[in-house]
Amino acid sequence: MSTPITRLDRLGYLFLALTIGAAILVPILALALPKDSYFAMPPYIVALFGKYVCYAILALALDLVWGYCGILSLGHGAFFALGGYAMGMYLMRQIGTRGVYANPILPDFMVFLNWKELPVAWWGFHSFAYASIMVMLVPGLLAFAFGWFAFRSRVTGVYLSIITQALTYALKLAFFRNDFGFGGNNGLTDFKDILGFNVQSDATRTALFSISALTLALSYVLSKAIVSSKYGKALIAVRDAESRVRFLGYRVENYKLFVFVVSAVIAGIAGALYVPQVGIINPGEYDPANSIEAVIWVAVGGRGTLIGAALGAIVVNFAKTYFTGAFPEYWLFALGGLFVLVTLFLPKGILGLIMARRAPKTPTKPETPTPETTTVGEAAR
Amino acid sequence: MIVRFLALLVFVCCATFARADAMDDTLAKLIENKFSQTQAAIGELAASGAANATPILEALGDNRLLIDPEGHVLVIQTPSGDLINARTGEKLTGLIADSLTKVRVNNALRSSIDAAIGSLTLANPDPARRVAAADAVFKSRDPKALGAVQAALAKEANPGAAEALRQARAAIMALDPATQSADRVAAIETLKARGDEDAQGIIDEVAAKADSPEVKAAAQSALASIKTRLQLWSLVQNVVYGVSASSVLLLAAIGLAITFGVMGVINMAHGEMVMLGAYTTFIVQSLLPPWLAQWSLAIALPLAFLVAGAMGVLIERLVIRYLYGRPLETLLATWGVSLILQQLVRSLFGANNRQVVAPTFMSGSVEWGGLSITAGRLWIIALAIVVFVSLQLVLRATSFGLRMRAVTQNRRMASSMGISTGRIDMLAFGLGSGIAGIAGVALSQIDNVSPNLGQGYIIDSFMVVVLGGVGNLWGTLLGALTLGLANKLLEPVIGAVLGKILLLVFIILFIQKRPRGLFALKGRAVEA
Repeated sequence: MSTPITRLDRLGYLFLALTIGAAILVPILALALPKDSYFAMPPYIVALFGKYVCYAILALALDLVWGYCGILSLGHGAFFALGGYAMGMYLMRQIGTRGVYANPILPDFMVFLNWKELPVAWWGFHSFAYASIMVMLVPGLLAFAFGWFAFRSRVTGVYLSIITQALTYALKLAFFRNDFGFGGNNGLTDFKDILGFNVQSDATRTALFSISALTLALSYVLSKAIVSSKYGKALIAVRDAESRVRFLGYRVENYKLFVFVVSAVIAGIAGALYVPQVGIINPGEYDPANSIEAVIWVAVGGRGTLIGAALGAIVVNFAKTYFTGAFPEYWLFALGGLFVLVTLFLPKGILGLIMARRAPKTPTKPETPTPETTTVGEAAR
Repeated sequence: MIVRFLALLVFVCCATFARADAMDDTLAKLIENKFSQTQAAIGELAASGAANATPILEALGDNRLLIDPEGHVLVIQTPSGDLINARTGEKLTGLIADSLTKVRVNNALRSSIDAAIGSLTLANPDPARRVAAADAVFKSRDPKALGAVQAALAKEANPGAAEALRQARAAIMALDPATQSADRVAAIETLKARGDEDAQGIIDEVAAKADSPEVKAAAQSALASIKTRLQLWSLVQNVVYGVSASSVLLLAAIGLAITFGVMGVINMAHGEMVMLGAYTTFIVQSLLPPWLAQWSLAIALPLAFLVAGAMGVLIERLVIRYLYGRPLETLLATWGVSLILQQLVRSLFGANNRQVVAPTFMSGSVEWGGLSITAGRLWIIALAIVVFVSLQLVLRATSFGLRMRAVTQNRRMASSMGISTGRIDMLAFGLGSGIAGIAGVALSQIDNVSPNLGQGYIIDSFMVVVLGGVGNLWGTLLGALTLGLANKLLEPVIGAVLGKILLLVFIILFIQKRPRGLFALKGRAVEA
């Protein structure tokens, strides 16, 4: 009972088994099997699901703040995109002399803009280790600075949602500018290789998929550990009755700030995994609409369940791929309808629906007392 | 009688011949095709005031004046390619333009030609043409036109034209080193009074070139005064732009402020209500018979209010009332509604921009001093004021407004006093959406009517509401004015995009200080 891992429920183990299983199985299906085998996985499917898995990580991060702490961030796409840009900058530096202008140091767009030397922000990005640190550090720092101000002055609810939206909108405008130094509206693209492996090759794609799936599993374990710890209980209490928690003597802003930063870092990692798989990052990723769409993944899957968020991201994006291919006219109707119907009829999402179906079988009594007993037990310990 | 008539005829003929001789001499100079002779001919043409002087000069300037080497005839090639005799104006056939020689001109001659044409028009009977001609001389500052300007000024009766002529004369005299210092100083004064960028350019030149110290000093002091004046005007112009931008923001945001204030929910579909209003305008315009076209906007205003308001009531009844007490879920659901409405309009009307024409009284622009503002923008400012005042009246002077304010301040208390809060919610949402529809009519005049119209305004509207707070509508007004003015005043200094980013950062920081905006609700309602 003492280590958080043991608190994983059956669903949690199932989820871990699925993600880790996918991480192992997909390379076998995609690479080891002969191409004409019935079970062989075409490379485009691997790339597609790799993208979905990255979205799932983002959804997980969002669920951590929204589902467990009640912070509805409409700007999580900003952290995702920042992580993506950090990775994109590493990939740009790897192009080297293979670019159109064959400049060993400067990426093509800088040569095109007639820049003579590398801006400070780009220093060090030739190193993968440095880029990896930046992937986590930049979204984390931004979240820290933003959260430090916002939570301290008790900006909550709708106001907070709107300023997170303003944050990502401001970043979008900034990154659209050429002189901001990140490729303007074309963004970063034409990547060649990552750690010496060709980004386009099937093997690299498959490896990236497996890494993404493992990252999803790891993020889940981390998030689950956070929310089921004593700290996590306080977070849930903040979500349900913020003023009461404050009156009890908790520093609410610190709790919020910690989880917000963790969430932003996870979102940044998701973005960093996303960019090599789709091969481009541009300011469009900062669009407020993207961030709101991520919220609906969480809502569809089931807010405050972590697994549901990941599930929702994959289901909604799968539907998006299908709809935009089959009936492009109707995708926005479907997405819009999803927003309305889920909030009206499925406040707990798909996972909530499944749980509710299973609920009558087990006696309802232990449902409510369980959290209380654990809290009491922890407090005693 | 007959004798008299014959005498008159002879006299007229002689007169014509006399003039004809002078004209022939002039044209002969052009046929010589030497720069010095051409220069002289241009001066004579300008002085002659003959009817065909202008077409000849124009042809000369455009390289369309040709010489027939055999017949010693000047030929004008018209822009359509016909060849006509420059002297008589009759059409010439049997000539090929390629076989003729062009009368050569250089840049010095070209400026003389422009000045000559300018001075010829100085005698035009239409005062507006005379002003235009004087302006042309002002811009060319050709010393050779000075005589013509002086002559025209002596005869000029129209005060506007006389002023334009005086400025043209000043422009020439200020730059002419041969003019006496006192006259040049006087000329600089005239230019200073004109005080625009052209005048600044001339005085700049004078200050750089003048030898005489008094002229130089006068030029420099005039320059300083014009600079201050221009800066002031451009500041005022930016303020006017700012007020205009604020009026648009106010129209778009005020409905949002009402729904947010009363129900505590952010309506993400608010922008789509604006879009519906714009499309209503488009439909009204395409259905109206032509004789009613002038009234299309007046008819569209109430219709847009009704259409958007009805849609708002529908959304409230079907979606929002089931989400009462869950503002974040409402935000998501209304976002879904906005996606559906966008796609609906796109499916019905296509993704392209739709054309909404402005009635004649709204087109054109108003100029005052150094200011200029389009009439459409002025009407939008007026509409914003009318909407603001009427909303204040509705809120302050009607029983519906009283109830609405009660629900805003304390929903449960209002409910206990017998106010049907559900009904107020519905009506408030309808009112807010209806005003968004009215905003749509206004925006159809200055923006593209497309399914994405609302998206462009929604974030700005949020910022206005967040800045202003929901305590009362003055907050919204103040928020809109602050953002609109700050945006337009920052624009010339650091550029539009950077200005916008700065404002967003400012709002993010501002909300830390005043988490509920400038005009927050006071009392217990806040902690709900």
